[in-house]
Amino acid sequence: MSREIFGIHGRALELRSQRMGLIAANIANAATPGYKARDIDFTDALARSETGTDPASAAEGALRYRVPVMPALDGNTVELQNEQLAFSENALGYSTTLEFIRGRVDTLKRALRGD
Amino acid sequence: MTIFTLAQRAMSAQLVRMNAAASNLANAGSVAASEEDAYKPIRAVFAEDFDRASGLASVDLRGVVREQAAALREHTPDHPLADANGDVWAAPVDENAEMVEMLEASRQYQNLVEALSTTKQLMLETMRLK
Repeated sequence: MSREIFGIHGRALELRSQRMGLIAANIANAATPGYKARDIDFTDALARSETGTDPASAAEGALRYRVPVMPALDGNTVELQNEQLAFSENALGYSTTLEFIRGRVDTLKRALRGD
Repeated sequence: MTIFTLAQRAMSAQLVRMNAAASNLANAGSVAASEEDAYKPIRAVFAEDFDRASGLASVDLRGVVREQAAALREHTPDHPLADANGDVWAAPVDENAEMVEMLEASRQYQNLVEALSTTKQLMLETMRLK
C-alpha cells in the first residue's frame, strides 16, 4: 500500500534514517581507538531496495568503510569534519524526502475532500 | 539500540573523560612523601560497542586507568613532607595536555548534542506529517 502511494520516497526515508544512525555512531566513536568509520553508499542502497529487498538488508549490503585522508595513529578512521558534512547532507536529504511525502499526502487529502 | 541511546552513552563516556582531565588538573602540583604515594594521572579508556541488531556502534567505557608516569622528584629540604634526602615527589601532570584533552572532550560532547538535536527535529517533523 505505502509502496504504491509513496513510491521510492518511503524506502528513501528509511534509508536516510539508517544512515543518520550510522554517521551518528561515527561521530560518537571519534575518540575510540581502532574504530573504523562506516557509511552506506546511498545510491547503491536505494538500488538494492528497488529490487524488493527490505531497507535494513539493503543498507547492510551497501555498507562501506570510510577511506581516511589521514589515518590516526591509534587506528581510528573517523574524520570529524567529513562526518559532520555527511550528517548535515543526510539530514537535508531526509528533509527533502519528507517534503515529497508531505506533498503526496496533501494531494491524497485533497482528492479525498474533493476540492 | 536507537540513535538516542547511542548518543547518550557516548555523551556519558565523554563526560567521564572530562572528569578525568579535571581530576588530573586539580591534582597538578600536588606533592607526596614517597614516589608510590604521588598522584598519577587518570585516563578514561574507550572501546567500540557494536550492536548487531541495529547495526550501530556506540561507545563502551572500559574503565579508568592510572598512567604509569614517573613522579617528579623535587629537592625541597624545607618541605614538611620531605624524605631523608630532602626530596618530595610531585604529580606528573602535563597541564597543557590535560587542557587539550578537556577541550576535545567538550567539543565532542557538543557534536553529539548537535547530532541529537538534528535527529530529534527530523523525527518530530516526521511525526507531525498529517
